Amino acid sequence: MMASRVLRIFCVIPPLVLLSGCDALKRGVMNHAGPIAASQWHLYVIVGIVLVFVAGPVLLLTPLIAWHYRLSNKHSAFRPNWDFSWTLEGFIWIPPTGIVIGLGVLLWNYTHALDPYRPIASSQPALEVQAVAFDWKWLFIYPDQGIATINRLSLPVGRPIQISLTSGTVMQALLIPRLAGQIYAMAGMTTQLNLAASEPGTYRGENTQFNGDGFQNEKFPVTALAPADFDQWVASVRASLHPLDRNAYTGLFRKSLPPNPVEFSSVPQHLFQTILTRSTEPAR
Amino acid sequence: MTQGVWPAVLGRFVWNELPFVRAWEHPTASKIIGAGAGSIVVIGAIVLIVLITWLGKWRYLWAEWLTSLDHKKIGIMYIALAFVMLSRALIEAVLMRMQQAAAIQSPGFLSPDHFAQLFSTHGSIMIFFMAMPFLVGLINYVMPLQIGSRDVAFPLLNSISLWLTGGAAGLMMASLVFGEFSTGGWSGYPPYTELAFNPGVGPDYWIWAVTLGSIGSTLTGINFAVTIYKMRCPGMRLMRMPLFVWTALCTSILMIFAMPPLTVATALLALDRYLGFHFFTNDLGGNIMNYANLFWLFGHPEVYILILPAFGVYSEVVSTFSSKELYGHTSLVIATAVIALLSFTVWVHHFFTMGQNADINAVFGIATMTIGVPTGVKIYDWIWTMFRGEVRFTVPMLYSLAFMMTFVLGGFTGILLAFPPLDYLVHNTLFLVAHFHNMLIPGLLYGMLAGYHYWFPKAFGFRLNEKWGRVCFGCWVVGFYLAFMPLYVLGAAGVARRTQGMFDPIFRPWLYIAGVGALILFAALATLVLQLWVSVRERHANAVFAGDPWDGRGLEWSTSAPPPEYNFAVIPSVHSRDAFYDGKRQKDVYAPPASYEDIELPGNSITGPVIGLAGAATAFGLVWHMWWLAVIGLLVIIVAVIARGFARNVHRIIPASEIERTELCWLSAVAHATPIPREREMAPTNQGLAEVSG
Repeated sequence: MMASRVLRIFCVIPPLVLLSGCDALKRGVMNHAGPIAASQWHLYVIVGIVLVFVAGPVLLLTPLIAWHYRLSNKHSAFRPNWDFSWTLEGFIWIPPTGIVIGLGVLLWNYTHALDPYRPIASSQPALEVQAVAFDWKWLFIYPDQGIATINRLSLPVGRPIQISLTSGTVMQALLIPRLAGQIYAMAGMTTQLNLAASEPGTYRGENTQFNGDGFQNEKFPVTALAPADFDQWVASVRASLHPLDRNAYTGLFRKSLPPNPVEFSSVPQHLFQTILTRSTEPAR
Repeated sequence: MTQGVWPAVLGRFVWNELPFVRAWEHPTASKIIGAGAGSIVVIGAIVLIVLITWLGKWRYLWAEWLTSLDHKKIGIMYIALAFVMLSRALIEAVLMRMQQAAAIQSPGFLSPDHFAQLFSTHGSIMIFFMAMPFLVGLINYVMPLQIGSRDVAFPLLNSISLWLTGGAAGLMMASLVFGEFSTGGWSGYPPYTELAFNPGVGPDYWIWAVTLGSIGSTLTGINFAVTIYKMRCPGMRLMRMPLFVWTALCTSILMIFAMPPLTVATALLALDRYLGFHFFTNDLGGNIMNYANLFWLFGHPEVYILILPAFGVYSEVVSTFSSKELYGHTSLVIATAVIALLSFTVWVHHFFTMGQNADINAVFGIATMTIGVPTGVKIYDWIWTMFRGEVRFTVPMLYSLAFMMTFVLGGFTGILLAFPPLDYLVHNTLFLVAHFHNMLIPGLLYGMLAGYHYWFPKAFGFRLNEKWGRVCFGCWVVGFYLAFMPLYVLGAAGVARRTQGMFDPIFRPWLYIAGVGALILFAALATLVLQLWVSVRERHANAVFAGDPWDGRGLEWSTSAPPPEYNFAVIPSVHSRDAFYDGKRQKDVYAPPASYEDIELPGNSITGPVIGLAGAATAFGLVWHMWWLAVIGLLVIIVAVIARGFARNVHRIIPASEIERTELCWLSAVAHATPIPREREMAPTNQGLAEVSG
């Protein structure tokens, strides 16, 4: 009775776990929502398939050989002084080398194709966004629109996004798992990240580089909007009459976890550049 | 007046830097756990002191162990240190897993700051004060015996290295009682660890503990390399050295070249923090990228410092327990050397996401994959060693098999991470955490535990309990898979590492499985202790004084168990690889020599303990700005080194008559022992004499 119950639990739990496991993976690249993440997933699959053939023989041979040549098996050969064979030696050096050469070519091409600095080819001009990392929040500046947000990244679907990053504090990393990989944001330096969304929706963005007590809550929504909706959103932010003034600017450098996203109807000229140079001047 | 005195004496230490006071003032779960950890250190120290005093063992401990320059005793002390630190760091890991499982959209029971200290100490301890002492201890014990030497090249330096490492580990323990540890992780990345963002004592504890440890390791590397180059017995050509010695040599060379960048990185960070320099600050021209490069210029070779000795252990274990010559000795040596060389060419893969161009990333990615080739060759070499052998599934062999299959999975995810575009997605996530645990638990811990089981009878004269060994093995393997496979899934879903709270309930099942895995790993630690306890109790039944319980192959098995302090009454000369194995089959290896001669051994020295303790005191003084303590500590070190230069009679002569007595006692035990065939090597009848066949 007890045994069958235990058995039933063991039959029921693994499939449940697997099902919810697939749910968890929906938060990541497997459920990609943009061309960059889609190519990255494509590459995962290719490399994964190749590696099955690399790891497979070891996973099979290790238990098979160990078991077949066990001491108690009197039918297996025993050659205590046999210690070399050119054939086997060739088998363990040459195919792996060939596979690494093949993967190396793949790696070279994909690393260049998916270089985060490479602008995405498109008929539309890229939307420029400047992202600044703070403790424990992100400031996103839309220089062409003249607006900014804290902890909300809104994007037009289908249009390439070109993000320049820096940090107003310690090093951080910007990751939107369903859209693209991450890149570090470092004070006094600018890094680049190009990405695009191919379907409307809300995705999770986060900092992945530990930066103190608020780190675990440094997440923000990334909203991909249809182009018309995006324009409407920009217009509504502009109309909100909530400029990024002196006060708001100083507030950025204070450690805080804003409970809700904040939108600024206007930003000072060259704000990104100001923060960039501020970091390299003597600390105040 | 008093205001001037106390800060001068206590530096920046104040009353509520004690975890007990903090817990009293703010009795939260997190603070109480912190106070509990502090109490364990204090009570543990008191109990230890009382126990030693009560047993009247201070003199014995001082004369036989703490001041000993015997490489075997130093090796055992290193491994004892590793076990103590393993216990602490593993308990910290369990706490972190419990916290993450409890903190799904809730604060859990550990504060973010406490959680950050836990992952920082866990990583720092596991690398610098568990893994390093374990492998250094194992090499210390085994390598001189395997090359037919009576000690390492510089016995005093060996003791100094041990005590520097011990002093640094003591500093880690002190951080539980005084103040707090760094929250910057084991890699201590600035600018987060700079004064501007972390003015407290935490990063200073990290800097000085790591600095002391890294100096100790550099000295160890020099010592081992010189020992292997200069102290081999006649006939022990390089290509006749056992593979464990080869991996020890490659690891030592890596230590010599890889530890200094770390020492430089921590020293520059210390200059920033103490003297207002700007190496890695945000402002005035500092640059964090220099730190990342220096740190990983150490950090990547470090991975191979950790893994190569384990590869050496597996080579010995698989060959011995397959009763077969190691397949492809030469190709294994080449593979080891290639790995050591390539390990210096891949460090950028730790920060593909730092914004360098695609050419650089691609070159380092390809170099990273290239390491997979010699590593794969090694795995196959061990498989072909079992091929046409007589495999016995003893505990060390089980660890080796589990390693080969688990390590391949880690290699699989390692190749994925070597692709920069794929790394961009899972860098800094739990996927990465899963990957390096997938490399280091089988690639280091299993290897060290296999070595511990394999050579324990040699070091202590009795075998470890096999049944509890298997239970323990089962817990390490099952625990590993349950604790870390879920982290791959979570990382692929973009869950960042080092996160105290979980934002999404969808991750719950995986966090729970990982939590159960962590508890099983804790059970593995508990059974390891239990096994030792049971084994010590039944030590007479499992004694193997004759010294060769597994039909061993290297010279280390040609002595009694435990070996006499001079190792070999007569320095052996060898004519083949597997010198002892072949010797047993060609002649009577237990024939007494024609005559015995006096043997000169290094005498005890207090220089090591003095330098280690003074080093720890200096570091503690620097952490708390107790400048007087730092200055005194430094002066003591300088005086100790000079004083040692004037020491006379640093050697001790063991007279030939005493050696003859010791040897005859052992040889008569060998003569009375029953030769044991491989089928019965786990039975109590195994007294350490192997039946010679084949």
